[in-house]
Amino acid sequence: MDIIDKQLITLIQAGFPVTERPWAAIGEELGISEEEVIGRVSAIHDSGEIRRIGASFDSRRLGYASTLCAVHIPQEKLEDAVAAINAYHNVTHNYERNHHYNVWFTLIAPSRERIREILDEIESRAGIGPILDLPAKRLFKIQVDLPVIDD
Amino acid sequence: MTSRLDDREQELVRQLQEDIPLTPQPFADIAARVGMTEEEVVETVRRWVEDGTIRRFGAMVRHQRLGYKANAMSAWDVPEERVDEVGRALADAGEVSHCYQRPRAGGWQYNVFAMIHAATEGECERIAAALARQVGIDSYSLLFSSREFKKVSMRYFVE
Repeated sequence: MDIIDKQLITLIQAGFPVTERPWAAIGEELGISEEEVIGRVSAIHDSGEIRRIGASFDSRRLGYASTLCAVHIPQEKLEDAVAAINAYHNVTHNYERNHHYNVWFTLIAPSRERIREILDEIESRAGIGPILDLPAKRLFKIQVDLPVIDD
Repeated sequence: MTSRLDDREQELVRQLQEDIPLTPQPFADIAARVGMTEEEVVETVRRWVEDGTIRRFGAMVRHQRLGYKANAMSAWDVPEERVDEVGRALADAGEVSHCYQRPRAGGWQYNVFAMIHAATEGECERIAAALARQVGIDSYSLLFSSREFKKVSMRYFVE
């Protein structure tokens, strides 16, 4: 990873040019060819430093509902219950945390009704609950550029 | 707030939530898959970035490699009449990436959440303590993640 790679990552993270020839536009800024930009981006992508190049959508603006969920899961049930939760593509983040409510996950679905349905299914399938359903009432800040979190 | 997307726009969302092609004209390739012109795709993506439908367009980097080793979910028990002021104050802190008001629930008395990022857990604790003094709220809890069970991007319009 040289200085040009680092500048390249910075450029395509924050100000990706949405234009017909984006790699050529980036190349112009860095003083390298379109072909070299594509080659470097491919190599950085393959190295795993970049997870994805694309769009991160605001779920609400696509008409989706989202919530943060917390649940207490006893240690002996943890593995199976986490598998039951993660089986839903609607669950995007799931962490073990140091609290009585030891499992915290985010859930995104086409409607509030579907969210309730999924939570009911998880509770009955995994034999856990009640799951706390904590949808945002108000957003004070969401900073997506630094630190970079793909959500 | 809710935008009703037509079939082609939903297909465009499906394409953009994957990797864009590493070809000279990626938006032309996407346009061919979606049944739009290259110009329509470029215009739609620009409009979505402008109106906030797309929060961010570009490379998503693995953030644990960039020096933010620790993160703490701080949860605060804030009297309803102070939520506005305290939420804004927490959101103002540079170390806080996300800040939300959420409902209280049975056995969970905290109603304001702020995600704190720092190099170490100790530093997260010091930041939270300083914020607590600043906003004058001493009922808060810091939850560190001990394991990541899942972290993926949401895939829309696939059900």
